[in-house]
Amino acid sequence: MHHLRRTFLKLSGAIAAGAAASFLKVGNSLAATWNKSGFESKVTVEALKSLSASAATPSREIAISAPDIAENGAQVPVTVTSKIANTESISIVVDKNPFPLSSTFDFANGSEGYVSTKLKMGQTSNVIAIVKADGKFFTASKEVKVTIGGCGG
Amino acid sequence: MAISRREFLHTLAVSVASGFPLTTSANTLGNTDHIYDIGQLGNGVTLMHFTDVHAQLMPNYFREPDTNLGIGNMAGRPPHLVGAKLLSAFGIKTGTRLAHAHTHLDYEQAAFTFGAMGGFAHLATLVKYIREQRPGALLLDGGDSWQGSATALWTKGADMVQAAQLLGVDIMTGHWEFTLGAARVKELVDGTLRGKIEFLAQNIKTSDFGDPVFTPWVMREIRGIPVAVIGQAYPYTPIANPRHFVPDWTFGIQEENLQNTVNDARRKGANAVILLSHNGADIDVKLASRLTGIDAILGGHTHDAIPQPIVVRNSSGTTLVTNAGCNGKFLAVLDLHISNSRVSGYRYQLLPVFANLLEPDPEMVRLIRDIRAPYETRLSEKLAVSEGLLYRRGNFNGTFDQLILDALMEVTDAEIVFSPGFRWGTTLLPNQIITFEDVMAQTAITYPSTTVTNLSGESMKMILEDVCDNLFNPDPYRQQGGDMVRVGGLQYTCDPTRRTGHRISNMYLRGKPILADKRYKVAGWASVTENVSGPPIWDVVSEYLRANKVLRSPKLNLPKLSGVSGNPGIN
Repeated sequence: MHHLRRTFLKLSGAIAAGAAASFLKVGNSLAATWNKSGFESKVTVEALKSLSASAATPSREIAISAPDIAENGAQVPVTVTSKIANTESISIVVDKNPFPLSSTFDFANGSEGYVSTKLKMGQTSNVIAIVKADGKFFTASKEVKVTIGGCGG
Repeated sequence: MAISRREFLHTLAVSVASGFPLTTSANTLGNTDHIYDIGQLGNGVTLMHFTDVHAQLMPNYFREPDTNLGIGNMAGRPPHLVGAKLLSAFGIKTGTRLAHAHTHLDYEQAAFTFGAMGGFAHLATLVKYIREQRPGALLLDGGDSWQGSATALWTKGADMVQAAQLLGVDIMTGHWEFTLGAARVKELVDGTLRGKIEFLAQNIKTSDFGDPVFTPWVMREIRGIPVAVIGQAYPYTPIANPRHFVPDWTFGIQEENLQNTVNDARRKGANAVILLSHNGADIDVKLASRLTGIDAILGGHTHDAIPQPIVVRNSSGTTLVTNAGCNGKFLAVLDLHISNSRVSGYRYQLLPVFANLLEPDPEMVRLIRDIRAPYETRLSEKLAVSEGLLYRRGNFNGTFDQLILDALMEVTDAEIVFSPGFRWGTTLLPNQIITFEDVMAQTAITYPSTTVTNLSGESMKMILEDVCDNLFNPDPYRQQGGDMVRVGGLQYTCDPTRRTGHRISNMYLRGKPILADKRYKVAGWASVTENVSGPPIWDVVSEYLRANKVLRSPKLNLPKLSGVSGNPGIN
């Protein structure tokens, strides 16, 4: 069954891509202002400042799911779940990346605070989640190790 | 012959022992008369467990490490105890069979006295014996069975699958199996193994949709008692070994999924929940402290023959953590006492498989003979003889690895050579002839190419730090792979207790400091990169051995250690 699903999705890939593009267009027109200084900043402190999240409060209501050791630094699966009421946005910062701010996801009122994405990481680093809820900022982090690997065992 | 081989060898062992310091007193734990006396079960279930046999169908020698350092809260805790420290921690008397099985102490003499260990024909006899006394006992294979010998490589694991079926393995999980490639593993699991051996892994999913690749767990009835067994494959397979062998699968420890699986098994009525794990001892200890509802983790990967389980507390009770050595040297027998549908007690016995004490099982002897027959000439090619003991296991180097380094250096003319810190591989006694089969027992992998590259001093430092962190990170979930990479030509200082990126210092080549921006000619093998070409390492080593014929005991190139004096993980 899984094989079938995979084949089906491969076949429909072109159609799906087209659909996604038009969907994104709609999204763009609704999106908040592009955080130019944030996405262009080269250190975490500045990226956080651009989000107005320099003094974010650590929260146990934010769960980051990411591997302890990345299988492939070029695409590290990261999932952030916020159980904080009225979550408005989730940003993900990779502390040691050349451009630490990787993404900001805005949520429409009442949406579940959940994002799943893949990030590129060049070296071992903290992955930091910033959650905006009711105008306040909250944070959590998890270290993901990036190794050249080998040496079997 | 009037006297059986067994009686003969037993007599020989006793008479030899009396002439050596290794006296076997009749009442010690290592007394041969009691070594396989496993007692009565009572009301409960039995699980037999072996792991990391690395395709060693024949009896062999395996010298336990003299260096197995534990860092942070792992310091001084099993499995990070070696030699006399290990013996005293578990109440094993020096000079006994058991002491020999568990340590490197007086290794050569003890090996001559007590003989080779393991071998599937001998293991088969022991398994049958246990099954007679413990009807219904399950036999679990913790993985790393289909790799480590020439025949396993040449038959793509088919020889080991046949042998495991005849042995009566019920359930297995994997690690090096995956280096045969995803397609081959699936072919065997869905084909030959189907309905015979259950291949379990709760922690392997497809990287696109996260669908399970293998059955995560099974419920089996032992004497009418439902027992759940969950499989845990090596979580860092695509990192420690080439990812291109399993490009569409993702691994990891998967704690949350594991806890859900345990809960599911409990809900469905399991009286006991067992995790058949290839995590390695330190990961298993941490895992046991964080999850609830697992009665025992039967572990492997790190090749630690831990005589008794580590009892780990967690928020709802305790979990036993075991590790059963490697190379077919041990068969673990875990009796779980059951009352009120729960585990109420246990007895664990890690039985050493002494080939001299167990008659080989005739059917298994025939199978192994048939498996080897087409390759016998190639396997038995005599390459050289070594005057010294050749072994691999240990955190930093072993004499067989030194031999590989020496061979690489001589054949490739590189100034610095690297060889991976694998934990598998057999031991050869002094003056034992080195055959091609013995070379393959150290090198038989599906990515054997040797490479010569120009590496900067900075890159070499980065590589050493990276491998060192994979071995000594104070968080076991951030450790992966094997022992420290072995190096030839290069001298360095290592402080395992320091933080990531700061453990390696004082790197020298022939008395001169290594310069960060200078490039050096470096040879190595077992690259995890795809499409690497170069002669296979076994050809390089064989060429070196044929040319040298008689080898002096290799001189170990070891790093200077700091920060670990007094650590009971070093002799």
